[in-house]
Amino acid sequence: MKRRGLLDIESLPREDIESILARSKDFQPPPGQSFQRFDILRNRTIVNLFFEASTRTRTSFEIAARRLGGEVISITAAGSSVSKGESLVDTLNTLGAMRPDCIVMRHSASGAPHFLSRYLPIPFVNAGDGTHEHPTQALLDARTILDRRGSLEDLRVAIIGDIAHSRVARSNIFLLSKFGVRVVLCGPPSLLPREIGQIAPGLELTTDMEKAIRGVDVIMMLRVQLERQHEAAFPANEYFQFYGLRPEHVELAKPDVIVMHPGPINRGREISSEVADSQRSAILNQVGNGIAVRMAVLERVLAA
Amino acid sequence: MSKLVIKGGRVIDPSQNLNRIANLGIENGVLREIGENIDAAGAEVFDARGLIVAPGFIDMHVHLREPGFEHAETIETGSRAAAAGGFTSICCMPNTQPVNDNATVTSYIVDRARRFAKVNVFPIGAITRNSAGEELAAIASMKQAGIVAISDDGKPVMNARVVRRAMEFAAGLDLPLIEHCEDLHLSAGGDMHEGLESTRLGLRGIPRCSEDVMVARDIILAEVTGVRYHVAHISSANSVNLVADAKRRGLRVTSEATPHHFALADRDMAPYDSNYKMKPPLREQRDIAAVANGLCDGTIDAIATDHAPHAGAEKMREFERCPFGILGFETALGLALEQLFHTGKTTLPHLIHLFTSGPAAIVLPERGTLREGAPGDVTIFGTEHEWTYDVNQSPSKSRNTPFHGHRFKGGPVATVVAGEIVWRKDG
Repeated sequence: MKRRGLLDIESLPREDIESILARSKDFQPPPGQSFQRFDILRNRTIVNLFFEASTRTRTSFEIAARRLGGEVISITAAGSSVSKGESLVDTLNTLGAMRPDCIVMRHSASGAPHFLSRYLPIPFVNAGDGTHEHPTQALLDARTILDRRGSLEDLRVAIIGDIAHSRVARSNIFLLSKFGVRVVLCGPPSLLPREIGQIAPGLELTTDMEKAIRGVDVIMMLRVQLERQHEAAFPANEYFQFYGLRPEHVELAKPDVIVMHPGPINRGREISSEVADSQRSAILNQVGNGIAVRMAVLERVLAA
Repeated sequence: MSKLVIKGGRVIDPSQNLNRIANLGIENGVLREIGENIDAAGAEVFDARGLIVAPGFIDMHVHLREPGFEHAETIETGSRAAAAGGFTSICCMPNTQPVNDNATVTSYIVDRARRFAKVNVFPIGAITRNSAGEELAAIASMKQAGIVAISDDGKPVMNARVVRRAMEFAAGLDLPLIEHCEDLHLSAGGDMHEGLESTRLGLRGIPRCSEDVMVARDIILAEVTGVRYHVAHISSANSVNLVADAKRRGLRVTSEATPHHFALADRDMAPYDSNYKMKPPLREQRDIAAVANGLCDGTIDAIATDHAPHAGAEKMREFERCPFGILGFETALGLALEQLFHTGKTTLPHLIHLFTSGPAAIVLPERGTLREGAPGDVTIFGTEHEWTYDVNQSPSKSRNTPFHGHRFKGGPVATVVAGEIVWRKDG
């Protein structure tokens, strides 16, 4: 059997994306209720292996697996054999010998799941690799847009912030461009490499936030990731002044603009509280859709 | 008295503009004669019909990992891999443990080589103590012990004042100074060439300018000091232009290129496969073209492999944690033939020059020639036979190569060091 994990959006065909998004709708809870329980993954074991701190993504995958009836074991790198100097391949070989059915992995190194999946026969779901991709985030973002717009075609989306270091931006760029969405990338010059305009069709680059937002259907804000900036790329205290999303910006977009953020949000740094808590904000819908989308992904990867 | 006669091959020796079918005789390790009628009585005879007979190849940039990293390579295993690549003389970089920054380490390497090496090994000494870029190494005494050049390969000398002093020293001793050109502030944290591919893969970039800036700085300092200055593993189009300009101005500036820098681009990398991770990184098509053209038009003087073995475990990690460098010996000639000769970019004599008289003029002036009286080092190779590289058969202790399974047309057939056949393709 060919193992099918989910390593990135770039290599995932549009039809597969459509089928995951369609299936995730079935998993969305009815209004006011909790997620339904299924036994699709009964007797299946999923290992959540998080080499990088994460509360929401790990919890989201855990709930998704449990709602599908699967067993979940979550391991965080601190306290594991990783800190004892074992190589990544040895750690994973050890885990692999315990025969889990799937490994959901987050790692601070770009390409870590790609590298491991060459050596291990277990399917991997990438829960974020370094500054490369975060495929389930892009899927849940697309689900969230579809809930409010019905279709991705002909939309205009602005992605704003630290584009250079953002795996959320890359996955969203690859996904949206497969649906012909016009994507505007915006950030300070040092965090907006010229080359990123060529990684997918239909991209525009600008360092001017107002220009980026004018007439868009969706604004995706990125978290300022100080931990990934290896140098003083942009003075932190100037960031909010030039790239923080405030109510006056939102007025430039379409009246029914959707404001999104992968979280956790830094209020007053990349987004003002007024915008984060406004009617246009879909931030909490994103969190809910995270579970539905991850249920669809786990089902696709694991259901025989 | 031992005697070897290599019969019936096409003898090509760029050092004396020789290119004809002839026999070649080596006696007691020394080249005796090239002619049509050589007395083979009592001699070992090698039938070289249909093959090319060239001066022994020189690789002026290799890492043998001994002393200190014998789990990855030793002088013995590295030299056997060199012989299997057709190389008869190799120059080993000083980034061992301890660093070759004093005459004791130099003597140790020379002694180990004398006892265990299949080919001639010539150490390169460090520029600075421990290659830390601060105080100068014991350059003069290392020269007495046998170094043929100085370099802090892998650890570029960032302080321009230190480089200037080292150049003055080297000029006085008539030693070439070889620089690994990389401004470490510009390349900090980078794992592959900075460009579309690194952006797509989310890997930090090593920009071309990190190489160009240091080549430019060093050429200016070479002019000030009059040193023989050599750019190691040149990889960017701009750097090739800087070297070409320095040569036009008559400066004593030379350069080398590795086969992977004219054979592969960043986009050829299998995703996150550290067998494609090296410094300088694989760059883009225009750089590959500039390096190939530079080799053909004389801007670049030598092909050097930068043979850099790393033990398996070191490469079984996240891409960003893997060390830089790949094996080079056994695939060098095959890649040069594939990229430079079979494409019609250059002639066989010039290609041979890049492996022989080119590097010899920089580091080993007595070698790289088939003149009578020269050391009996000969490389015998074919240009047409097809073969597949299987790294698992390599004499090297390491396996880090992107060319495993690559199909080649032409390559080494036999390697002769001091009149003795130290390697042959079939057994």
